[in-house]
Formats: sequence, structure tokens, C-alpha cells
Amino acid sequence: MGAYVNPIYPYKAPTDLKVTPPLRKPLIVIGAGPVGLAAAVDARLQGLDVLVLDDDKTVSVGSRAVCYAKRSLEILDRLGVADSACALGVSWNIGRTFLEEDEVYQFNLVPDAGHKRPGMINLQQYHIEEMLIARALELGADIRWQHKVTAVTRHNDHATLTVETPDGTFDIEADWLVVADGARSPIRRHLGLDIEGRVFQDRFLIADVIMKADYPAERWFWFDPPFHPNQSVLLHKQSNNVWRIDFQLGWDADPEEEKKPEKVIPRLQAMLGDDRPFELEWVSIYTFQCRRMTDFRHGRVLFVGDAAHQVSPFGARGANSGFQDVDDLMWKLALVMKGQAGDRLLDTYAHDRQFAADENIMNSTRSTDFITPKSRTSKTFRNSVLALAKHHPFARKLVNSGRLSVPSFLTHSVLNTPDAEVFAGQMVPGAPMDDAPVQVNGQDAWLLDQVGKGFQCLLFVDAAPSADTLATLQALKQGAVPVDTLIVSPLALSVPGWMVVVDAQGWMAKRYDAQTGTAYLLRLDQHVLARWRQFNPAAVQAAVARAICKV
Amino acid sequence: MNTSALKTDPHFHEAGRRFFRDFSPGDEFYENLIEAHNGLSDEQSEALNARLILLLANHIGDLKVLREALQQARAAG
Repeated sequence: MGAYVNPIYPYKAPTDLKVTPPLRKPLIVIGAGPVGLAAAVDARLQGLDVLVLDDDKTVSVGSRAVCYAKRSLEILDRLGVADSACALGVSWNIGRTFLEEDEVYQFNLVPDAGHKRPGMINLQQYHIEEMLIARALELGADIRWQHKVTAVTRHNDHATLTVETPDGTFDIEADWLVVADGARSPIRRHLGLDIEGRVFQDRFLIADVIMKADYPAERWFWFDPPFHPNQSVLLHKQSNNVWRIDFQLGWDADPEEEKKPEKVIPRLQAMLGDDRPFELEWVSIYTFQCRRMTDFRHGRVLFVGDAAHQVSPFGARGANSGFQDVDDLMWKLALVMKGQAGDRLLDTYAHDRQFAADENIMNSTRSTDFITPKSRTSKTFRNSVLALAKHHPFARKLVNSGRLSVPSFLTHSVLNTPDAEVFAGQMVPGAPMDDAPVQVNGQDAWLLDQVGKGFQCLLFVDAAPSADTLATLQALKQGAVPVDTLIVSPLALSVPGWMVVVDAQGWMAKRYDAQTGTAYLLRLDQHVLARWRQFNPAAVQAAVARAICKV
Repeated sequence: MNTSALKTDPHFHEAGRRFFRDFSPGDEFYENLIEAHNGLSDEQSEALNARLILLLANHIGDLKVLREALQQARAAG
């Protein structure tokens, strides 16, 4: 139908895996979708041996995840694929919402300057997967295609997997198992684990259309447009002249009928309003649910991405939250696997990400209830908000055509050390770090590119630290769980042996409410753990001990 | 000179709670509002709305604000 041709990845007979007694691998990931692949890349970056098993032999078929949020791009930066994703993807910050023909509301995802990455890029899921596969292979991950896991048995200190291949079935063991096999998760079902939530009675038509159009790179959302009355429509620009359009159809629509080109093409012609040529690359109908597993951790088996939680598509909180799961999980798993952290650290993966999943489900459910009102009264309120939005700013804020994926503030994480002093701004313990433009070694750079490599401290100074201070920093760096320090200064300083981050324009000082002497301790996934007005090595050590569940 | 007494900028908040995203308090109110109507017939919902307006109007109390709100609600229809 379309322009994109799915690559076929070679099948390798499992002669090396199919042995008796079964092989024991330190880490197996089930599922080579974007989330499983991100887990594999991160595992390799943490120095872990990883085997990925996937039942297919190619990347995602058709139109699925489209929008990758700023936080995902920051994670992909750490994984090493954000530059290629941003180069191929369509960057955007502005979303416009229309009622009938009039614009009622617009948002800007990144209202202030000083961030490396845009609010969002649009990119077909298959492209992201291809990039992650190439990166995982480059880093030495072992990916096996056409290896379908048909059974998992859980044990106290490992899991046994039964794997079906074109060359027969074999058993293999894993010390740790990461399950990333998607919304239908055969493994979750096989293990009989619950996932509960709400099914929405609505249907949406997705069309990927190839056409030349000069619409700006923005998200356009219509309530009740003249070309599709009483329903909503969403338009996104993707790469290579592919446009993604979602039409709300209602619950009574016949999915088989609506997928037929003779039904789809007139809808598109009515929307485009002219006779511009276009080609359909993909058409499908979807329904959705908002639900999550009660517990993302079951001993040595850890669930990530859609296998663990699902949301409505309004807000792009699916793949984006899956990347955040991986970002939260993999540093914790690596520390536990290396014996540097207590096993309870992995319970905090479940707690942190269950909290985030609840927030994602809450926001996407609110959006869905606004977009598809379930009663006459609900529809009256929705339409009244839209009517007031033309003149009143408060109503514009209530217009909810999707609250786009942003990371959770993990303020309840047990890993945080609560503030003992007063700070302004948003960088509370548990906050996802704000980026900032800085200079390193005389070159322009970004704060987030300097962090996320082990536990790190930011120490804000206005002059080179004393020899005594540097000696304590050195001791932290050589601890059992090393803590590196970045020295942050408004002016260039020479501090041999230490990285100096120059905050010449004061973005960091402002965003982190920092004064001379302020210190921040950071998680490996770029969240704040603790902060102090005066650097104190004992306090840093105590906060690290808390963050690795060794207290 | 603008003599408007009616607040029309975003104003949802709650003492003692911190919202990290500016849309969150308004979305929470809206969710509570729609939930309050759950399971009601259209007539029951209309009556609930009337009671709600009366409660809020008394809470506001200021007749100038209320007159302006009535005018703006009518004008947007």
C-alpha cells in the first residue's frame, strides 16, 4: 500500500542456546518493540550481557506510536539515538485546537528557551525501532528473531523460559527477566497476572497518508469540524511526507466497513478540501483501554511499557511512558545485579512507575472524557468550555484535547531525601531535571548531556573549591558506589581533574534556585534525589545509601 | 479603564497542594464536576447544576461579580 518497506532481520538457528542443561543468562528481554529495545541498549550501556527474544522478524507494521516527547528524547540522548531520531523526525511545540472552523486554544509545549530538545517530535514507530536495533547491535546486544517465548516459570532466583523457533523448542534460564511484549502481553496472560481498568466505548480510524502539503509542523485537533461533524479529528505531520490522521468514529461504527478505501478516501478528501493527490500508506481502526497491572514486579520478572500499563492515545503517553519505565528500571537493575544495591531497589521501580502510570492514566482518562463526553450533561459542559474559551483564558486552560506526555515528579519516591532547607522553583527531590544551556571545556553544551552516568552531585560555586573540599569530592568518587561531582560556576574555572560546567547565562542557577554552596544529588535517570544549601559529604553519603536501599 | 470584577484567568488551586503542571487543578475540578453527574438522568443533572449555581453564587456573594458572570455566560451562548 505505501512507501515504507519493512526490513527483514535474519533468523539465527539457536544452536548455541539450545543446550542441556539449559543455559543461564543474566538478563533476558522479551519483546523487541521500542521499549524492549531501549532496555537492551540501556543494559549494554550499564555493562550488562543481554539477550532479546522476539517472535517476529521485523519492526512495527503500520501506524502506531507517533509522538516522542522531550523527556523521551532526553532518554534517547543517553541511549545514543536522539540525534538520528530528531534528524528524521518532525519537531514541533505548537498545538492548535479548533471548534468547528475556529481556533479556540493553542499551547506551546516548551514555552521557555534553554532546552536542547523540542517539546515533541513525530516519527513513525518503525523508524525509532530501526534506530534502536542498530544501536543495540552496535553495543553488542544479542537479538534473536523468530524466537517466541511460550512459557515462563518463576523461581526465587531466576525464571525458566520455553522458546519456540523454526528449529524447535528449547528451555533457557534468566537471572532476571524484563517483559516488554506489548499491550496484549502473552507472558502476562500466561502467568495469570491481573491488569485492571476501563475500556472506552469508542472507535478511531487511523490513516497514514502520503502527500505534499505545506501545513506547519503543529498538532491540529478539531472538535466537531464541518468535514467530520459531531466527532473529533487529529492531524500530525510525520517524516517523509507521511501525515497521520485520526478520525473519531463512535462506538456504532463498523470497523471492517470503515477500513475500506472507498469509505476512507472520501473522508480524507472532505478534510483536505481540495483535490490534492495523496496515497494511503496505512489504515486501521482502534479502540483503547486505560489500565495497569497491580504490580510491575513479580520477583525476578519485571514488566515494562504497554505490557504493564495502557492509556488512551490522547497525550502520547504510551511509548513515552515505556521509555521512562526503562530509564527508571535499568540503573536499578544494574546496581542490584552488580551487588551494589539492595534487592528492595527494584520494588521502588514498581512503586515509582506505578505512580507514574496512575498519573498517565488519570490524565489520558480526563482527556478522553472531555473529547468523548458520555452523557448529555457532560457534552453540554464540554461545549460550554469551548464556547467560553473564545474570550476567557480560564476556559482555554480547561480545553482538553490531550495533555501531552511529560515526566512525573516522583515526589513520593522512598529514594528521595526530603528537603531540610527552603528552595524555590520546581527541582524538588523526585523532580525530572530541567535542562539548561551551559559550557563545558569552552564549548557550548547541555546540562542533561553531562548527567545520567552514575550518581552525580552538582556543586554550585563561585570560585575553585578548596583543597579540602576537593579531597572530600575525591573520596566520594572512590566510594563503593561512586559519586562523581560536577562543579557548576557562573565563570570559567580551572579545577584540574574535575569537570566544570559553566552556567554563564545563569539558567541553572535560576532553574535549580542555586546559590554558592548549593549541592544537588542526582539519580542515574536524571531525577533529583536530594539537595542542600551547603555541601556536606556525610549528608551526600547518607542520601546515596538511601537511594540504593542500603539503610 | 477595565472595571471587570469577574476573574476569568485560570484560578483553580487548593491550599497545601502543589501542582507541577498548570492544567492539573482545572482538570481535577472538571473531573469532579462530571463525576458528580454520574448516573443521573438529564433532569436530575439540570437540577444538580441549579443547586450548584446557587451554592457558588452565595459563596461569591458580590453582586457586581455575579452580574458580570451572568452577562458573560449569556454572551457566550
